[in-house]
Parts: sequence; structure tokens; C-alpha cells
Amino acid sequence: MSAPSTPAADGILEHNYLNHEKGLWNWFNSIDHKRIGLSYLGLILTFFIVGGLFALLIRAELMLPNTDAAGKVIEGRALYSADVYNKVFSIHGIVMIFLFIVPGVPATLGNFLLPLMLGAKDVAFPRLNRLSLWIYIAGAAFAFCALFLKLDTGWTFYAPYSAGGDFKTGNALAVVTITFAAFVLGFSSILTGLNFLVTIHKMRAPGMSWDRLPLFVWTLYATSILQVVATPVIGITLLMLIVENFMGIGVFNPAKGGDPVLFQHLFWFYSHPVVYIMILPAMGIVSEIIPVFSRRPIFGYKALVYASIGIAVISFIVWGHHMFVAGMANWTRYIFSFITFFVAVPTAVKVFNWVSTMYRGSISFEAPMLYSMAFVFLFLIAGTTGIHLATLGTDAHYHDTYFVVAHFHYTIQGGAVIGLYAGLHYWFPKMFGRMYNAQLAKVAFWMLFIGFNGTFLPQFALGMEGMPRRYYDYPDTGNFAALHHISSIFAFLNGTGYALVLVNLFWGAFKGPRVGANPWNAFGLEWQAGSPPIHDNFETIPTVSDWPYSYGKEFEKESHVTHGV
Amino acid sequence: MSKGSEKSSSGNASIGLRIFYYLSMLSGTALLVSLPFGGWKVIFDWMPVQGATWSGQVDFVNNFITYVAVFSTVVITMAMIYFAFKYRRRTDNDEVAYITHNATLETVWTVVPTVICIYVFYVGFDLYREMRTPPSNTVEVNVTGWQWNWGFEYSTGKKDSILVVPVNQSIKLITKAISPSSDIPAVNHSLFIPAMRVKEDVIGSEYHYMWFQPTTVGEYPIFCTEYCGVSHYAMLSKLKVVTEAEYLDYINDRGAGELTPEELGKKSYEANCKACHSIDGSRLVGPTFKGLWGLKHPVMVDGQTVEIETDENYLRESILYPAKKIVVGYPPAMVAQNLNDAEIGNVIAYIKSLK
Repeated sequence: MSAPSTPAADGILEHNYLNHEKGLWNWFNSIDHKRIGLSYLGLILTFFIVGGLFALLIRAELMLPNTDAAGKVIEGRALYSADVYNKVFSIHGIVMIFLFIVPGVPATLGNFLLPLMLGAKDVAFPRLNRLSLWIYIAGAAFAFCALFLKLDTGWTFYAPYSAGGDFKTGNALAVVTITFAAFVLGFSSILTGLNFLVTIHKMRAPGMSWDRLPLFVWTLYATSILQVVATPVIGITLLMLIVENFMGIGVFNPAKGGDPVLFQHLFWFYSHPVVYIMILPAMGIVSEIIPVFSRRPIFGYKALVYASIGIAVISFIVWGHHMFVAGMANWTRYIFSFITFFVAVPTAVKVFNWVSTMYRGSISFEAPMLYSMAFVFLFLIAGTTGIHLATLGTDAHYHDTYFVVAHFHYTIQGGAVIGLYAGLHYWFPKMFGRMYNAQLAKVAFWMLFIGFNGTFLPQFALGMEGMPRRYYDYPDTGNFAALHHISSIFAFLNGTGYALVLVNLFWGAFKGPRVGANPWNAFGLEWQAGSPPIHDNFETIPTVSDWPYSYGKEFEKESHVTHGV
Repeated sequence: MSKGSEKSSSGNASIGLRIFYYLSMLSGTALLVSLPFGGWKVIFDWMPVQGATWSGQVDFVNNFITYVAVFSTVVITMAMIYFAFKYRRRTDNDEVAYITHNATLETVWTVVPTVICIYVFYVGFDLYREMRTPPSNTVEVNVTGWQWNWGFEYSTGKKDSILVVPVNQSIKLITKAISPSSDIPAVNHSLFIPAMRVKEDVIGSEYHYMWFQPTTVGEYPIFCTEYCGVSHYAMLSKLKVVTEAEYLDYINDRGAGELTPEELGKKSYEANCKACHSIDGSRLVGPTFKGLWGLKHPVMVDGQTVEIETDENYLRESILYPAKKIVVGYPPAMVAQNLNDAEIGNVIAYIKSLK
């Protein structure tokens, strides 16, 4: 790895939060935000592996069509049946969304970093924080049980397919179990959000005014609002689904006077903001990383803050674009399309700010920077293909095709997941006091970057040709077979890349070389804590007298500058 | 490993970085240069055959958006890679700019995307308004979706599992999901005809519509695009666009003595509705059916008077849940009618005929 400019051993602490108490039981019972963050990290990465393996199962089946051009079944081609396929894609979606990426950044890096960035000893309610971890584990246990049932609804649980109430031969038992799991997981999310909101309001170090809040904290703030406000809606919705299945009350089933579109409204009222719960913290991570590896202050701090808040607010009033062809009144479609376009503006502003931060900097290309630059590129593709879907005239063609699949994988994997890995590679030395293998990290990055683009670029083309989502098999017409084939091959490269990343990080956490408190020569307050931090984070609570990025050596001589914040 | 130990201000970039830089700049420039000449369509235009009057328009809007998307992605990415290469770290004490913001620049890059977005919205909206506004002289086909097949019913009572329509005519599809058996719900489907660039969900609680005008005789695939269970992937059909004469032959080719939906609806009317609803304009307990179709009239909803237009969904609701909307000036006397989906469809067809 590149030698840090500070002495490598500077700030290495032999007594730290990792060995503050011994034993797994103490770890499980710990109310230390850093330990809770690491517990979450271990759990969500486990589910990431599970979800990823199911993704590869999907791609393996779709690699070749099971029928020839004339529609005749090719013997021995199918890896498994359509029933299994529906289960596999449902598990992939449910595990990745509810167990991996929704808790994702806030529960892991957020938990670990928020008090460090605020100069606090812990979050406002440490016991509540531990409770939300335990609730997450309970929810995950329910979800795990559901994986062995007839779980075939997809992660969206659209009624009335999920509201049949058939516990003997149908999917009702699986639906009830998994929606209860999601209901429980929702509480974990709400409690984390609530805890973060209070922490940000009440636990800031002396002198840390709102305009001295690090950008990652700002995105956690916006995310927490979404978690607290939106999550109860999905809770109620899933409860209605459970009640309908158990008691046969016709909320969503048209045969009983229910309305299936109502389910979609309620579901997307939560699940659209949830996209921003995933992506906003990743944006915050990139805003932290790019300045450090460009040796430049972030460009447009204020604009980035307003953009985060703006995105969070607008995200509440655009859910209807998931339902453009679901039979809403025409004028409703027009209005939702119009509002949706305004998400693009703050998003574009953020991209411009990141790129401008690199202008006349001194840029190095360690793994966190590679991930952050990849994030900008992939998010550009994600954002601009979103225009095709926000535009009514073209969405009528693209809705529920592979174009949507490609678009949201660029947003979620290319955005949220790449952002999470950028953050993991960046704050890794702070979390473990050790370093991963920098060379291997870069090799793994390029593998997953090429693999990712190779998997999902062809899916845009598939969607344009009209290939619908969630198909176990497809007619061997047009370019369907060729495009699926390419997509599947690269998916395995993508998966191998992630496997290498995880091996590297796992090795680094236990066996990597020890590094000092600030190996990247970074500017933020969190790097002033030891390596790794002590149980209470700081020996004395710091006092803040400048904007958040004033701790780097480069800027010491310029502390008199009035920062444009 | 870009942070080399050399202190010279030039050329300490690794060979990998150089190759990456020149390769991305070259391909980016090539892409940008090819944009105005349409060479990019080879890479980015994968739309299926154009079968409807507006297919070309949809593709034009689509290509325009793709153009904007590719252009902005390539330009911004090239800027990023250019900065990364030009301002790569040469020494540990490189001079850097201390710029924290720039009001003019930031205003420009907020306003420009806003203007572009509003324009693109308008273009898509303008096109879609046409796609959602069927003309008055359409050929209507009733579509039902169930697990896992499509049913198409024509004005003559002809039923089939494929959709056959005359060329150069406006076709309106009125869709509804039904349940294949009483113990499972009518799950959602979605009717997608890629060549016509149209799609609309098919659900069990109300009628939805879509329309298009095919321009070319031929056969085009139809997909179900809303997940509907184990054979979702096999819920395929086809659209056959034929000449007017072939179409008429097709819809009139059916069993002798079979009644049309309109005639069946008349029978249902006589058995269920006749006592309270006239067909000659006279007032009975309830409003007359004559001239009811398309009529705008005031109704009471939860104590509020609202003006509604009589369409399929209003009639269906009034048959199944008569208390929901009461025509102003009439008593809430009707009881729910126990008619199934097919019978309701027939009654609607009959009411449509009572001009």
C-alpha cells in the first residue's frame, strides 16, 4: 500500500475498544456503538453473500433458454423448475433489500462513525442501539425460517398474489412469516433512525454547529428522517396483509371488495423513500472520500447539504412512478412524472460537486478513491437511465422489463453497494487498527467493476427489446439469448470480485499490518481518535472551532481562511 | 501506485494509468463525435420493430433521452478521468487549489438540469397524453387475464387466446383480471405489446384500458409483465394484425346460434334489472339505461355531490356495490346484484348499445 505521510505507528493503541472486554457474550451484550456497528457488519455481509449466491443461481438458469426458437423444450437444459426460480429470485430480493442494503450503511458505518464524527462517547441511547441490533437478529431469524417455505412473491409482496389466505397449498404461510420478519426489521430501522436523530441533535461536541457537521452525518440525518417517517407505513401495510391472510378480510383481494392497487400505493409510499435510505449514506461516503484523496476541501459543502435534504423531501412524493401502468388516473400519472424529474436536479448537483472537488487537486488512487470514482460513473448511468423511466411516453414500454432491472441494479449495486465498499475500505484502518492488502483490493475492485458493467449493461438492451422481468425462461427470439448469456458470464466475474474483497477484508481485520490513527492523512474529526479508538472514543471530548474538514495537515496553515460554508 | 517517489512534475504515472487514461479519452471522444451522426444507434438502439402509429415517436423520444444520457455521462466521466490524470499526485506536497464553492457555477449547474428535465418531461407527457386518449371510433376488444392465459373477446362474441385486429384502425383494449377458480384471488397481470410500445396492468378490481393503431400487417409477441405465479413466464400470446376483410371473417367465424355479448346482456337485463331500470328513457325506481353510456351526471358519494361520467368501472361498481354512488334524485334502493365477471361484461355491452 501507499505509505501514509504520518508515521505508520502514530496513534496505535494497544488497549482499545476491540479488547476492552473479552468474550463473545460480552460482545453480544455490548452497548458500545463501535461493537454494535461491527456486529451489524458481520451480519449484513453474511446476508450479502447469501443474496449474492442466489443472484448467481438466477443468472445460471437464465444463461441459456430452455426452449428453442420454435418453442420446443430442450431436454436437460433447465437447471431447476419454474417453482424454484420464483423462490430463488424472491429470496435474492428479500435478503438483499431487507437484510442487507436497508440496514446497510447506517447500521454499520453509521453506527461506528456517527459518535466519532460528532466527538461524542456514544450514540444518545446506547441501550436502544443494542435493542435495535437484537431486533434485527430476531427479524433475520424469522426471515431465515421463511426461506424454507413457499416463498414466491418477490420482494414486493404484491397483493392479491400474496393475499390468497391459502395456508395448505398456497404461499400464505411464507407470506405471513416473511412479512412479519420485515415488520420486525422495520422496528430495528426506526429505532436506529430515532437514535441517530437524537444523537445528531444532542450529542455534538462543543462548538460543532450545524454548518460544521460532516457531510456523511448530514446524509445520515436525512436518512434517519426517512427511516422514522416512512417505515411505519410499510409496517401497517404488511400487518394488513397478515390480517387478510389469517382472517380473510378483503383489504386487497378484489373478490372480497378489496383493492390491489391500494397495496401498491402503500408499499411504494415506503419503498420509494427506502431507495434513498440506501443511496443517501453512500453519497455521504463519497463526499467524505473524494476530498481526502484529492487533498482538496470539498466543493460546495452547502449545496451538498441542501441536495441531501432536498432528495429526502422529494422522495416522499414520487412513489407513483412505480405505478405508471398500474391503472392510476391519467392526471395522477402526469403529476407524478413531473415531480419525479425534480429528483434529478439535486442528484446532478452532487455529481458536479464531486467532480469539481478533483479539479486542481493532488489525486491518488487507493482503493477507496477507485470505489468513489466508480460510484460517480455508475451513478451517472443509474441516474440518466432513470430519465427513460420517469418519462411517461417511454416508461409505458420499459415498465417491468429488464431495463428497470438494470437501472435499479446500477442505483443499488453501482451506488449503494459500491458506496458501502468505498466506505469500508476507507474507514477500515479506523475500525480495526489494521490494513487490508492494498494491491489485492485494487485487483478485486477492477474485477467487480468490469463484472458489474458486463452483467447489467446488456440488460438495458434486453429491456429495450422488451424482455419482461421475473421470467424463468424466455423465447429464443431476437437477441434475448445472446444478451442473457453475456450478462450471466460477467455476473460470475462480478461475484468473484466481491468474494476477493471479502477475503481481503476478513484477512486484514485479523492479520493485516497495524496502522496508525490517520493513515490517509484525512481531514475529519473521526481520524483524531486512536487506532483503533478506545472504548470512550476520545480521551477528552474535543472542542470544535472550524468546519468539519480542518484536521488535515494541509489546511493547518490556512485555518484563517473563512470557509465557504 | 500512482504516488511515485519521483519529484519531477511530469510523467510519474504508471503504465496502467496511462493506458486507462488514453483508452477512456479515446473511446469517450469517439462516442461523442459519433452522437450527431447517429452511429451511436448501433450501440444504444435496441427497440423492437415499430408496429403502431406512435412507435416512431416513442423511439424518437427514447433516442433523444438516450442521447442526453450518453452525452452527459460521457462528458462528466471524461472530465473526472481528465482531472484524475492531470492532477494525479506527483509529490507529497503538491500545490492544490483551495476552492470551497462558486455561486455562479453552482447556479448554472442547478438551472441547466432543471430546464432539461422540464423539457424532457413535457416531451414525454405530450406523447403519453395521446397514448392515453383513445379516439371515439375505436374497435373494442375485451381482454381477460388469468393464471396463466389471455382471453380476447370480440363484439360478435368470438373468443380466442390470441389478439386479432384490423390494420390502420384504432384498437381499444378493455382489460380485467379474473380468477380461474373461486378459492384463489384474481391476481394482477400486465399486458405488454412491445411492437406497439404499450403496456397496462390487468387487475381484478376494475377495468383498465389501453389503445393503439397498428400500421403494419404482421404478428407480434404479447407478454405478461406483472409477476403472477409459477407460469408467469409462459403467459404469452400474440397480436395478429390483419386486413379489414380478414378481420371481419375472423370475428364472424363462430358457432351457429351463439349470442353476442350484447344479446346475452339483454337477457341478463331482463332477468335482473328490468323492474327498476327502463330502456326507453322513462323513470322507474332507478334511472333509465337509455343514453346512460358516457353520460355525465351528478351522484352522491358519502354525502357529497360529485359529477361523474358513466364508464365500465362505474357500471361495474353500481352492480356490485350499488350504495357507493347514488344518482342524485333517486332513492338508495338497489341491492347488490349477484352477477359474475362475464355477466357484468355482457350487461355493460348491452348498456353501451342503448344510445
